[in-house]
Amino acid sequence: MRQPFEQPRALERPTLELIDAIRTKVVDVAARFADQVDRHARFPVETVNALKEARALSAAVPRELGGLGCGMRELATMCSTLAGACGSSAMVLAMHHIQVACLVRHGQSSPELRQYLKDLAAHQYLLGSMTSEVGTQGDTRSSVCAVQRADGRFTLNKDATTASYCAYADAILVTCRRAPDAAASDQVLVLVNQKDCTLEQTTTWDTMGMRGTCSPGFRLESSGPEQHIVPGAFADSSAQTMVPYSHILWASLWWGIAADAVAKAGQFVRAEARKQPGIVPPGAARLAEASAQLQALRHNWLALACEFDELAQRADGPQQLLTMGWALKMNNLKVTASEAAPQVVHKALQIIGVLGFKNDSKFSVTRHYRDVLSASLMISNDRIVGKSASMLLVFKDE
Amino acid sequence: MSSNPDTWERGGIDQRTDTLTRIRSVLLQHGRLGKDAMKLAENDDLYAAGMTSLASVNVMLALESEFGVEFPDQMLNRSMFITVGAIEAALRTAAGA
Repeated sequence: MRQPFEQPRALERPTLELIDAIRTKVVDVAARFADQVDRHARFPVETVNALKEARALSAAVPRELGGLGCGMRELATMCSTLAGACGSSAMVLAMHHIQVACLVRHGQSSPELRQYLKDLAAHQYLLGSMTSEVGTQGDTRSSVCAVQRADGRFTLNKDATTASYCAYADAILVTCRRAPDAAASDQVLVLVNQKDCTLEQTTTWDTMGMRGTCSPGFRLESSGPEQHIVPGAFADSSAQTMVPYSHILWASLWWGIAADAVAKAGQFVRAEARKQPGIVPPGAARLAEASAQLQALRHNWLALACEFDELAQRADGPQQLLTMGWALKMNNLKVTASEAAPQVVHKALQIIGVLGFKNDSKFSVTRHYRDVLSASLMISNDRIVGKSASMLLVFKDE
Repeated sequence: MSSNPDTWERGGIDQRTDTLTRIRSVLLQHGRLGKDAMKLAENDDLYAAGMTSLASVNVMLALESEFGVEFPDQMLNRSMFITVGAIEAALRTAAGA
């Protein structure tokens, strides 16, 4: 395989325009409301509306269904661009892209789900996620609840521990067992429309960071057309889509948060330097270190985004994504990125000092720091390292 | 049993039956299935029977030990270990590799 950076695919004009709209208009809106969203732990409704206006919510939908058909690298660029202005908004966008990708890559054999993707593009629907559940101890690859089918309809009830912005989503992708007699790990994905369900909030979302993602526990009761059960096993859609999209898009947005903190540190150091030309400010050396860490972090997700986009074009791609080698790459990205990003933000804080520690200074990195600390916890690194450790017992890395 | 591919070819029906039984007993010990592994049909989906990805790693390890083979990395994926029959085919490939 060629090196990922040699000849990056040229971006199509509509994609460039969308990325440009996010960089300017959406980032402006997100930055304006970020403090309020964070302080009140409220959903970033203004940013999501701006994303809808830019038609960003159908970026991952194929062109023939009314979207832009963006690949991983482009989606990651969008998430990282938004992350510096508002981590919660970027996480909502990333979670949405992940759910859309699952439908695009695994749902299209169902005419109803294909139609849903067209409707999503036309109306810019927002998709939420419900993978966690009371009783599974954080293991997204096992479920307690099961979908039941009768007379062309499904019914599905789930008690979720953390359900991403479900109260604000137009529809939710829910994991569950394939049938009432199925094993815990024999799962499927179900598309649940907001109008087909009731959500009873069971816990609160008063967190240290990522406060605007509004992801408390919910008890879901739903029913809908049987065709909204995504064809195939979640084991495959998880390995081929949900895991790679999650880990690459999340890593890109954690990098985006860290990059914004370092940008503030850079401004701070340059301001110091201007006060006393000829004297290198004390923070400058730390800034150089942070810049190097940031570069390594960026190249990690970017290389894997490019590799994924290449695999997506190849006939043996789906099979490659099911290999242990690819699973280990994803685990390694998740763990290293989620450990590196908080360290970079910490360094930025050390450079800036008290002005970075204050909530109301223009050099503040307090929200960055709190948001980025979620990285190692959303899918616990300990769990991921444990899985990698067991895979390395049989994987030879030849 | 030797991992020599010739032995696999020469063994015939009895040896194949013996191999399938040994695979089932590996699954009984390490597959953590929701049903009796010794009664698995050749085409029963092991993941549908409750095998998790973590358990499948233990199954791979135990198979490598039981049959004296090493699975190359390219074979380490879900579909290679999805049924007793698929495992038998994977063992043949690994032994011939």
